Amino acid sequence: MKRLWRWLIPLAAVPVLVLLAYGFRLSPRDIPSPLVGRPAPVFALATLEGAPLELATHRGKVVVVNFWASWCYPACYEEAPVLERNWRGYRERGVVVVGVDIQDKREAAVKFVGDFGLTFPVVQDLKGTVSVDYGVYGVPETFFLDRQGRIRVKHVGAVTDDVFRTTVDRLLAEAVSP
Amino acid sequence: MRRVAIWLSVVVALLGVAAPPATAQSAKPVSEDVVHEIAAQLRCVVCQNLSVADSPSEMANQMRAIIRERLAAGESPADVQRYFVDRYGEWILLAPPRRGFNLLVWLLPLVAVVVGLAAAATLMWRWTHRRRGARTPPAAVDAAMSERIRRELESGS
Repeated sequence: MKRLWRWLIPLAAVPVLVLLAYGFRLSPRDIPSPLVGRPAPVFALATLEGAPLELATHRGKVVVVNFWASWCYPACYEEAPVLERNWRGYRERGVVVVGVDIQDKREAAVKFVGDFGLTFPVVQDLKGTVSVDYGVYGVPETFFLDRQGRIRVKHVGAVTDDVFRTTVDRLLAEAVSP
Repeated sequence: MRRVAIWLSVVVALLGVAAPPATAQSAKPVSEDVVHEIAAQLRCVVCQNLSVADSPSEMANQMRAIIRERLAAGESPADVQRYFVDRYGEWILLAPPRRGFNLLVWLLPLVAVVVGLAAAATLMWRWTHRRRGARTPPAAVDAAMSERIRRELESGS
């Protein structure tokens, strides 16, 4: 009985240590989105040039919705050329890239688009409603939508060529089902 | 024709954003206290450990505006909270809801306090009893032993 007690106290620390070891390995920035697998919230916003853009009109294509801001340095600056390059490479194959500029000034956003020579459509979410609809908690965040308009992948942080290509290739390879 | 349709839908959507979903005249008056109460339970998503009510960030400001709009459109505070939880998960709530696995967070501290108090009480009981045992007078020395002690003391001097 005495022996048991002597072991019990150090043993009681084991679950605590396991919990801590598990907890400290998690990234506090890695928050699972409940939206993955669900239909993407549709939106209609005006582009920086003032043209209308409706997400629903792109149903049937693989859509990459990228939330960014001109003040988001360096991640948004790193991924802007990646997005542009891949948009050019994939646009003929039924892929659309839509930039959503959030919490930003229009002039700063226009300058950013000009600096990087972005040719994909960029809309501004002035009221933050689309950001909240997508559960955005920072920039950059990128959502990959399948042809049925469902959010399939949420990527937090700068998109790399590798992430873009593997994700989009996978979604393009899926059979189009009604 | 299609262009016009798209334009019209954008105008409608923008109006919808500008005014709450319900028509403007039927908008309910919104108490700032209620907005604050809901915002205080939501985590400011761009901050560290700040609620939407306390954060001066633009994102929190926009979120407060969304809370206000949804309340004005006739939603209950619970509806508004569910709207945020649906999009951000329970992570957005500063206090985890008291059900399921989360109950551990609420119950474990209580269990720890009870176990700790019980352990402390047991140990204290044991210590006090051992001390009392030590204080009891030593066993009586019988006549033969006291005689021997006396003899040895005398012979030693």
